[in-house]
Amino acid sequence: MYSEWVVSILLLIGGAFILIGSIGLIKMPDFFMRLHGPTKATTLGMAGVLIAAMVFFSNAQDGISVKELLITIFLLITAPISGYMLIKSAIHHKLKAKDGTKGLDNVEDD
Amino acid sequence: MRLESRFRWLPTPFRSLLLFVVWLLLNNSVSPGHLILAALFAFFIPVITFPFREPQPLIIKPSLAVKQFLIVLYDIITANLQVALLILGPVKKLRPAFVKVPLDLTHAMPITILASTVSLTPGTVSAEVYPIPESLPPGEEPTERFLLIHVLDLDDEQALIDTIKQRYEAPLKEIFQC
Repeated sequence: MYSEWVVSILLLIGGAFILIGSIGLIKMPDFFMRLHGPTKATTLGMAGVLIAAMVFFSNAQDGISVKELLITIFLLITAPISGYMLIKSAIHHKLKAKDGTKGLDNVEDD
Repeated sequence: MRLESRFRWLPTPFRSLLLFVVWLLLNNSVSPGHLILAALFAFFIPVITFPFREPQPLIIKPSLAVKQFLIVLYDIITANLQVALLILGPVKKLRPAFVKVPLDLTHAMPITILASTVSLTPGTVSAEVYPIPESLPPGEEPTERFLLIHVLDLDDEQALIDTIKQRYEAPLKEIFQC
């Protein structure tokens, strides 16, 4: 009974963060700023959903369930790498940054 | 920076531990059979694959590495809340910027870890490491390196550079002793 409450609350928190990350995708004016939502706001969202899964399956089956931790670890490892690849190709294609972005002269041509 | 382990039969102690834990997590059990199998994998896979790989710097201070991991985990949570607030707030108030952070680290692996931490923590995404290796004449080592990062809302450039250097780079230097 209690676990149902915990699972629901965790799912709601996780869903909220994933939603905010997606809103960031629509709202932000340029590519570089849009990248911040998916690389960060969704990490905590996924963590919430996975902890909810851990609590749910620990209750539904015998013993505790910890394999969801692996998904969290792989997400933490791959999220920055994919973000890095995206921003690197964006710089390579010379995508326009929003007007008023400071430090554009720090970006070197390659 | 030390590239070779003190024990020849355990060339990469941390990777062995990781394999052991990942195998047990994948099977979701700690029964004796899986413990023995995990120990065998953790022992033989690094020994067999070690000659194929370029030697990587070893973690010299494991206790500091654990502490740093917890700090980064805490920062990830605060970063998520911060970025969520920034996204929901007015877009016009954001001050995006590219910032160049000078690096003291020299080896590729600690730099990768630093770049990943920067990407996961408050309002910053790492974009590039300068100089790009391909732009240098072959065989030449760059004298100084920079990490180019994109900041969602920049307040004080120098303060940001100092935070990254003290909070994330200094512990990494100590963990790998380089």
